[in-house]
Amino acid sequence: MGFFSSSAAISRYRVEGQTDGSLLETVREGLKRYAIRDIDQQAEERAIGWTCVDRPYAPSFEDGNFAIADFFLFALRIDKKTIPAKVIQKHLAEASVKRKAETGRDFLSRSEKKMLKEHVLNVLALRIPAAPSVHDILWAYPENELWLFSTQKAVGEALESLFAKSFNLSLVRLFPYTMAAFHPGLTDARRDLLNKLTPSSFAKRDGS
Amino acid sequence: MMDIAYALKRFDFLGKEFLTWLWYAVENQPDTLRRIDPEMAALEIGNRLVLHNKNQQSTETVTIRGDSAGMEEGILALRKGALVAEMSLIYRSGNESWHFSIKGETLDPSSVKTPKTGRVETSEDIEGAAIEKYHLYRRVTDLVQSLFSHFLEQRLDPRWQSAVLPAIQVWISTKEG
Repeated sequence: MGFFSSSAAISRYRVEGQTDGSLLETVREGLKRYAIRDIDQQAEERAIGWTCVDRPYAPSFEDGNFAIADFFLFALRIDKKTIPAKVIQKHLAEASVKRKAETGRDFLSRSEKKMLKEHVLNVLALRIPAAPSVHDILWAYPENELWLFSTQKAVGEALESLFAKSFNLSLVRLFPYTMAAFHPGLTDARRDLLNKLTPSSFAKRDGS
Repeated sequence: MMDIAYALKRFDFLGKEFLTWLWYAVENQPDTLRRIDPEMAALEIGNRLVLHNKNQQSTETVTIRGDSAGMEEGILALRKGALVAEMSLIYRSGNESWHFSIKGETLDPSSVKTPKTGRVETSEDIEGAAIEKYHLYRRVTDLVQSLFSHFLEQRLDPRWQSAVLPAIQVWISTKEG
């Protein structure tokens, strides 16, 4: 469902704010600084970062290939390790038996159980590779408009947060009210009318 | 501007009213639509239409799908007070066509199928292909924006209550399915 796919879904945002200095350099630095990190050999279960549309698994922003004509094209990558519940259950049971044998007790305290679970999750996270998901982004900067090629709410939230951190700019989700509110021809009087608008009845009432 | 989460809920009806107006405009005002987008050859309702009838307790959903689907059920739902919550559209311009869906909640285009573009075979092809694809997507987002702007102008005008809404009500009550 990406930019080059035969079928795409687009969530639209308006970019708000100003950058200090060159926009291209600000974007390049932000993309480099918050590029996706590999967590396959780490205990982390989730990583979120920027990547390239054409090389999502080997990102590099040095050559400026994200800047095309009058838009930026890059992608948001979310790597997530999903450890099956049954696997956690099995390893936790084994670790509990081992711990009880080591301590000579037939029970574990609540804090011991908690520590054991954290240890098991860390060990498993090191062994399980993260599954990546890549979501293309197009930023049409003359229009202050950004398109996310995904309609998943969690992806949108991850984008809004990382975008603000990376470029010190904010994203406002476009939907009918914000499209109306940002409309260049909207006078103050019309804005008042918009804010007070109530639903119309399209079905003809009997006798009318 | 008001809080985004609040505005989404408070103005939930606006996008659905727009899609309901659009169905009316597609059937009754093709010339107006062509004035809004002079490059438009035609705008047609596609093979999927979802209507919501919201009352205090629940929301009734009517879904019409399939290439040969009749619109009787949709018209019947409108007569009972439903609004269009989602519709698929076919936009034609020149010899090309764009297929896409929009939901009233966000007006985001989904299932967007643009006219075919050249194959990307080398990394050098990407830039040209991206520019071409961007302009094809832009036709859809600009179209939705222009149609919505036109609707909004009508919706905020006193003539909405005196002329536009009554005309839509007559269409709904007299249209044959």
